[in-house]
Amino acid sequence: MTLAVTNLTIARGGLPVLADVSFVLETGQALILRGPNGVGKTTLLRTIAGLQPSLNGTVAGAQDQIAYAAHSDGLKAMLSVTENLTFWAEVFGQSDISHALKAFELENLSDRLAGTLSAGQKRRLGLARLLVTGRPIWVLDEPTVSLDTASVTMFAAAVVAHLNSGGMALIATHIDLGIEQASLLDLTPFIALNDVAMGSSDEEFL
Amino acid sequence: MKALLIRDIRLAVRAGGGFGLGLAFFLIVIVMVPFAVGADTELLSKIAPGVLWIGALLACLLSLDRLLALDFEDGTLDLLATAPLPFEAALSVKSLAHWITTGLPLVIAAPVLGVLMNLPTQCYGWLVLSLLLGTPALSVIGTFGAALTVGIKRGGLLLSLLVLPLYVPTLIFGAESARRGAVGADVSTPMLLLAGISAAAIALMPFASAAVLKVNLR
Amino acid sequence: MSLWEYANPVKFLRLSERVLPTMWVLAISSTFVGLVWGFFFTPDDIRQGSTVKIIYIHVPAALMAINAWFMMLVASLIWLIRRHHVSALAAKAAAPVGVVMTLIALITGAIWGQPMWGTWWVWDPRLTSFLILFLFYLGYIALWEAIEDSDTAADLTAVLCMVGSVFAVLSRYAVNFWNQGLHQGTSIPVATGERSVADVFFVPLLISMVGFGLLFLALTLYRTGTEIRMRRIKALLAREGRN
Repeated sequence: MTLAVTNLTIARGGLPVLADVSFVLETGQALILRGPNGVGKTTLLRTIAGLQPSLNGTVAGAQDQIAYAAHSDGLKAMLSVTENLTFWAEVFGQSDISHALKAFELENLSDRLAGTLSAGQKRRLGLARLLVTGRPIWVLDEPTVSLDTASVTMFAAAVVAHLNSGGMALIATHIDLGIEQASLLDLTPFIALNDVAMGSSDEEFL
Repeated sequence: MKALLIRDIRLAVRAGGGFGLGLAFFLIVIVMVPFAVGADTELLSKIAPGVLWIGALLACLLSLDRLLALDFEDGTLDLLATAPLPFEAALSVKSLAHWITTGLPLVIAAPVLGVLMNLPTQCYGWLVLSLLLGTPALSVIGTFGAALTVGIKRGGLLLSLLVLPLYVPTLIFGAESARRGAVGADVSTPMLLLAGISAAAIALMPFASAAVLKVNLR
Repeated sequence: MSLWEYANPVKFLRLSERVLPTMWVLAISSTFVGLVWGFFFTPDDIRQGSTVKIIYIHVPAALMAINAWFMMLVASLIWLIRRHHVSALAAKAAAPVGVVMTLIALITGAIWGQPMWGTWWVWDPRLTSFLILFLFYLGYIALWEAIEDSDTAADLTAVLCMVGSVFAVLSRYAVNFWNQGLHQGTSIPVATGERSVADVFFVPLLISMVGFGLLFLALTLYRTGTEIRMRRIKALLAREGRN
């Protein structure tokens, strides 16, 4: 199983931000995306997840394989931890949530309303959601925000377990997760220049 | 799909917004009408079918801006868009949940409020039937309006401006059915047209809603 | 050479700059001729007196109110299918012209209705339909204004225009069903070829309609040019901001 991104050019607000991004991700591999703020990490991940159209290039092997997680977790404050997870499990055609609760140490919190959790606990719940999707490719946008050191280790362990069981991960993050299988991709060389602003939606007006 | 329906209904019940507010608003509008037009029972009885329809329509409209906005803000819609469930189906389910939590209670409450408005006896059945057929259309058309304005801050007023003209045919045939029922005339033509509009809206509007919502997500 | 070449903003601007002067002259002169002829050189109607002469504004405005929406629908479809920015901007540019035409039709209708029906407003199916059309225009324009990203706005308004068209037609039938009206029949039934107005009234009316049509085209073309230039400024500023 392969996720192949070929010559992908993406835009934010009508202007190209990254051009000709290419990489291949194989089963069991993780790719950490690096780059300064505003380089287009979020846009790239959203494009790969199919939420946003690209200006150019192709994403192969992503169709119905991706579990996407960003800053907002899709959690409802008025539902309990179990209810939140069960809902997402059912949407993705799964039923078992116990392994997800266990991996992120949420068992003791399972009956609490999500609204009463701390920011870090909410984040863990949001990440636990990835485990109940049953999808092989995790696309994660800054997953470690508001996690403490212990939780980051917990998260890294979950990613490693996912990779070892045949998954893949594409992660935009600035901290070192200590994942052996992960390679780094610096996005700076792909920043779109004006003279390669091909296909920008405003290009024809210039 | 069932999971989404159950979740939406559960949220509406727990957050206290869905069931309660729409109904309370419906009640208040109907109570306000006699204060505005006078307590003449004959006049009230004459305008009752129309006023009840307008009240139900406004109560429905009021709850639309929460229909998708909350799920948009907390990222649920992003995640649903990447889920195996077709986005059109997800939106149909959300419309259904909106109807169950807003439209259906209005239909059930309408006869009670009909008493306040001195609704003619023979009209009760027709009023309930017309609301039962018409309110699903209000929900799916409203979902389209909510999908159009979901990315706009303070889009509530714009939502009303966009949705109300789209409600015109449903309102005309719905209220006409109830009015004809009130005077004992034949209701079959407007009722069938109302059912037709409802059926077509339920079948087609989710596609338009999904298309515009996908544009708003990118 | 294909017609679609003019979908390029620069080429479109060049073309519109070439044809606009002629168009303004034709539009203004034919509107002027039609209106002056209609107002001063046609006999008064036996029943309606001189009030009938308002049809030289009312009918063309009403015609263009509907045609403008229809043009927006076609332009929206072209945008959704072929993604030509000019098409989306033309739809945006036509809306305010259409809403003014609708308003003129409504106001002249009320002025005409006052002596005829003894009231400024009746919930006549035709008048009501135009009122609903007016609301659709307002919603369409408001949606354009509310959304910052132009491509998003173009997509959303295009779908609204399509859905709105269906509901506008539905409303037309619903309103007909709801209240059979006082309004006189159409002045120029195209299908039957018969006319309810005599030739002396008809010729200036036709000229006036052509005039309003050209006026609509010229205004829309001009406004589309403005919209294109505004997008160009935005694109240039965005490019500057990146350096």
